[in-house]
Amino acid sequence: MKKKGEKIIILKNVSKYYYLGENVVKAVDGININVEKGSFVAVMGPSGSGKSTAMNLVGSLDVPTHGHIFLDGENISEMNESDLAQLRGKHVGFIFQQFNLIPTLTVKENIMLPMSLQDIDEYEKEERVMELLKKVDLLDRAEHYPNQVSGGEQQRVAIARALANDPPVILADEPTGNLDTHTGERVMDVLKRLNQEGKTIVMVTHSPELAKEYADIIYWLKDGKIEKITTRKSKSMKKVGKWKGD
Amino acid sequence: MNYFRFAFRNLRKKGVRSWLTLLGIFIGILAVVSLITLGNAMKVAVTSQFGAGNTEVITIQAGGLQYGPPGSFVTKPLTTEDAEAIKRISSVEFAVGRNIKTGKFEYNGILEIGSAISVPEGYEREVYEILDDVEIEYGRLLESGDSGKVVLGYNFYDGKTNSFGKDIVPGRTVLINDEKFEVAGILKKKGSLLYDWTVFIYEDELNELMGNDGDSVDMIEAKIKSKDLMDRAEEEIEKLMRQRRNVDAGEEDFSVTTPEATLETVNSVLGAIQAFIIIIASISILVGSIGIVNTMTTSVLERTKEIGIMKSVGARNSQIFSQFFIESGFLGLVGGIFGAFFGILIGYIGTLAINNWLGSGIGFQIDYILIFFTLIGSFLIGAIAGITPAMQAAKQNPVEALRG
Repeated sequence: MKKKGEKIIILKNVSKYYYLGENVVKAVDGININVEKGSFVAVMGPSGSGKSTAMNLVGSLDVPTHGHIFLDGENISEMNESDLAQLRGKHVGFIFQQFNLIPTLTVKENIMLPMSLQDIDEYEKEERVMELLKKVDLLDRAEHYPNQVSGGEQQRVAIARALANDPPVILADEPTGNLDTHTGERVMDVLKRLNQEGKTIVMVTHSPELAKEYADIIYWLKDGKIEKITTRKSKSMKKVGKWKGD
Repeated sequence: MNYFRFAFRNLRKKGVRSWLTLLGIFIGILAVVSLITLGNAMKVAVTSQFGAGNTEVITIQAGGLQYGPPGSFVTKPLTTEDAEAIKRISSVEFAVGRNIKTGKFEYNGILEIGSAISVPEGYEREVYEILDDVEIEYGRLLESGDSGKVVLGYNFYDGKTNSFGKDIVPGRTVLINDEKFEVAGILKKKGSLLYDWTVFIYEDELNELMGNDGDSVDMIEAKIKSKDLMDRAEEEIEKLMRQRRNVDAGEEDFSVTTPEATLETVNSVLGAIQAFIIIIASISILVGSIGIVNTMTTSVLERTKEIGIMKSVGARNSQIFSQFFIESGFLGLVGGIFGAFFGILIGYIGTLAINNWLGSGIGFQIDYILIFFTLIGSFLIGAIAGITPAMQAAKQNPVEALRG
């Protein structure tokens, strides 16, 4: 359950620069974000604002050029690739716009994949995959391949996969971007339920409606910097230089 | 992480391209397995052909070195006097002049061309001893005074396989160059085409049948007193024959051959054939492994996104490496399995063919140790070919890989 105030993700003055010849592209430029455990966070912004880069950094898919990132108390800026992979596998579940399922594996095997990578024994895997299939209502699709199920179903497979190792944090990058409104709502409902069950959700989106409806707090990014932060209570937009809790 | 299941799934999905990649390894392994299986069978077969006789016998032939029944183009034939002279060498126990002639053999109205080997009267025991204890299957061996009789090799006996459509048993009459002969006996099988399909006939009768002058012989076989004396006897016979034929050393118009020399020659020919096929097999395997490198590199490029996904759900670099490494090894292994299977099949068919051709009875055996190491080897070749692509896959940046 939620423990008020406990920070599960901390970004301290984090920058990510890409060097293209002599040009420096500042994808993320000195941002500070604190995510409370159990909260639902939305990261908003136009394309090129650095929101996906920020999410990759939080999810330890990428390492920052400057600054420090703490995920569940661990400083990921100081980890090697192998430790990062381990951390990702156990602490973070990714949900992508493109679903990103592996086409040669069945629905069930896709969901099992994160567990297989953590060497969880067969019996436990089997038990948990059944639980997850039930949770996302896909028991009858277990032996299908991704191309044999609908987009909404694929995204639910991806959600189940994200939950495979029961990570505290779910990162969703435009989770409804490839889905129609109705299917998108169903996916969002699943995320909402997960949040109510205690998972911390960080969602990248360019839809203000979606962000306002589901998130507790919204970070608005522009040109790699945080432009403003909106909280659910006020729903008003206030200019932010630095996040208060920092 | 079940790499093997994953690997198999990927290979199956790729379909035709996977199979084409396997071809190189398949052909290489096929060549290796069938070659070794057949080579061993050939060695047994050839050894039994040439090694059917007594190992203490030295063979002297006119003309250059040649195997099989000596041809008619031998310019200066050996004579019975040569045999007598060789017999007087101290290390020689006895020497017999032999004629091997080709002629017509008829039975049950069916005509075949066959070879007959002469037995000088009074030398029956010696001839059989040269063949290393010839044993009789039916009837009896030729004995002094047996004119008008012949002894046949084992392959003449069975009506189902002898092409005469009827069993030939002792007491029956056969026609050799249109002359009647009574079958005295059938020899036990020796596993040698040379003897199992041969008619043993008295020398005088053979000469008469073939219009031979009675003095010249096709070869002389000399039984040496003991194995230790073989080298000395060989030298002495050569020296004697040079004198008798009035030629200098190095210009011999005759050959003196020991059983070892014969086998050595045969083995070196077989060895050369084996070496040649092994070189071809190696090239095929090399090309095959380059094919695997190519396929795996393409596969890494195609599956960049998949690598990104794997990494995003917690795959370590080592796990990505293992996945591609094992998949590559698997490609090699599948090629090896098919190669080994068809290699054994070819070996089996080949052995049957050799048996059929030479009338020998070589047993077919699957060399399980060979198969085991072939399969391990084909997996390793595949895996080694996959090292570089697998490393490329492992070191992909997850964010870039996810973009595909």
